[in-house]
Amino acid sequence: MTGEPHKPASAKDARAEASAWLERREFGQWSPTDQAAFDAWAEAAPANMVAFLRVEQVWQRADRLRALGRPMRPAPQEVPRHPLSILPKLVAAVAILATIGMGAWFYGPVERAYETPIGIRKTITFADGSRVELNTDTVLRARVTPNGRYAELVKGEAFFDIQHDAALPFTVLAGAYRVTDLGTKFIVRREAGRLEVTLVEGSAEVEPIAEGVPGKRTVLVPGDIVVASADGLKVTKKTSPALANQMAWRRGLLIFNHATLADAAAQFNRYNTKRLIITAPSVARRTIGGTFPTSGVEEFAEVAKGVFGFRIENRGNDIVIAP
Amino acid sequence: MGDTPGIDVETTHQHPSGARVSVSDLNAWFAREILPLESALMQFLRRGWRNRNDVEDLCHDVFVHIYESASREIPHPARPFAFAVARNLLIDRIRRENIVSIEAVADMETLGISVDEPGPDRSAIARQELRRLQTALNGLPEKWRQTVVMRKIEGLSRPEIAARLGVAEATVSQYLAQGMAALADLFHTEAGDGPSDTGNTP
Repeated sequence: MTGEPHKPASAKDARAEASAWLERREFGQWSPTDQAAFDAWAEAAPANMVAFLRVEQVWQRADRLRALGRPMRPAPQEVPRHPLSILPKLVAAVAILATIGMGAWFYGPVERAYETPIGIRKTITFADGSRVELNTDTVLRARVTPNGRYAELVKGEAFFDIQHDAALPFTVLAGAYRVTDLGTKFIVRREAGRLEVTLVEGSAEVEPIAEGVPGKRTVLVPGDIVVASADGLKVTKKTSPALANQMAWRRGLLIFNHATLADAAAQFNRYNTKRLIITAPSVARRTIGGTFPTSGVEEFAEVAKGVFGFRIENRGNDIVIAP
Repeated sequence: MGDTPGIDVETTHQHPSGARVSVSDLNAWFAREILPLESALMQFLRRGWRNRNDVEDLCHDVFVHIYESASREIPHPARPFAFAVARNLLIDRIRRENIVSIEAVADMETLGISVDEPGPDRSAIARQELRRLQTALNGLPEKWRQTVVMRKIEGLSRPEIAARLGVAEATVSQYLAQGMAALADLFHTEAGDGPSDTGNTP
């Protein structure tokens, strides 16, 4: 920490600066120069970054207020001269109003799209308390209303943690299949020509919803993995450590356990624009274990070099691992 | 990027100093594990420190300490670590200020903050969070509230908001920045008013 040890850093100052940055970003005129200036400010002191994260988090969560549509107006009050002075009374008054009004606007009527670019994760919390974590390079559309709860995984991977409601099942559409929660945590991953559903907790069912799609309705128990491809639905099992490894992305990690270098490279390439290229079979089939940050392409290449003695070539945006 | 404005700043750049934890991991962890503890930490600090005016700064300081320490290694579990930092900081301050406040120290010994209790039902939290957001929004001074509503709920642009309010665009920016800051403050203040030290139970 900087500054005098006796006097703590002023929270107010850092927070005022943080909200000014957030405001500048809010209206979308945000250039690389702005980003660089912001980075410099944020990295200058953890106090800045911390203040920014705090104001940003509440601002992002305030997205949920959209469920209101047109907002309720508070009871008429004079504009306070000192913004915080009349707070306790006002808070009490609106808390009552808000509680009464809750039911009507608790759910949002609108379908929304959520996206993550490569290398970014994001968590969405819906009005019903269900949470969805989007992995890298993912598009999800979702609508959560009192009449139905559904999401469509357009591409990528998401971890669903659903608040179960027997009267109002949460369904996830992915290509030609539908996943219906029966009280559940599960992961859905969609790639070209392939869909994978992993049940972590509870129960769920997977069924084809289009004509001529192979496979029939399948109920999953925890540890089950269903892979839907041109060959139909295939169910396999995973042990809980293997399952935990598979979910490591939620902590920003990739965990390999006897993975071939080819598989590991394919995993890294989901998370990074810098791509690992392995063409030589003698390299591709070697196996590796270990834990890496999802962004750790270079570390991984270094390990391949150090452990196996392979050559690393940087070619623009590619890293080639060669024998 | 859907209709969510903004950039996921927490994951867009790398740490310059070669710290062991990447900035994106650190920020995501901090937002997920530490920020929700604000009201509980504030309550803890208020009980251990007499001058209430300092508590907000103290809490900010606790956040900074946690963040710096976590940039070297992310502590697990987070909650006991956060309270340990808060406690050490308090003891440190009490020593430095040379306040031999027996009550303060004794109080801390007996606070018995439960550091690892399970969270309540998540749908209850979600509902409560929405209520807190709504309460915080309605607690904003009128101009700030209108600006936040037009931006967040109605999705208007800065010129549109300026036209509706009949003010300059620069003023809209000012209202919005102040509204954002106050929204965060009120959101956390309200949770801190409860009797519990978790900040989660109504």
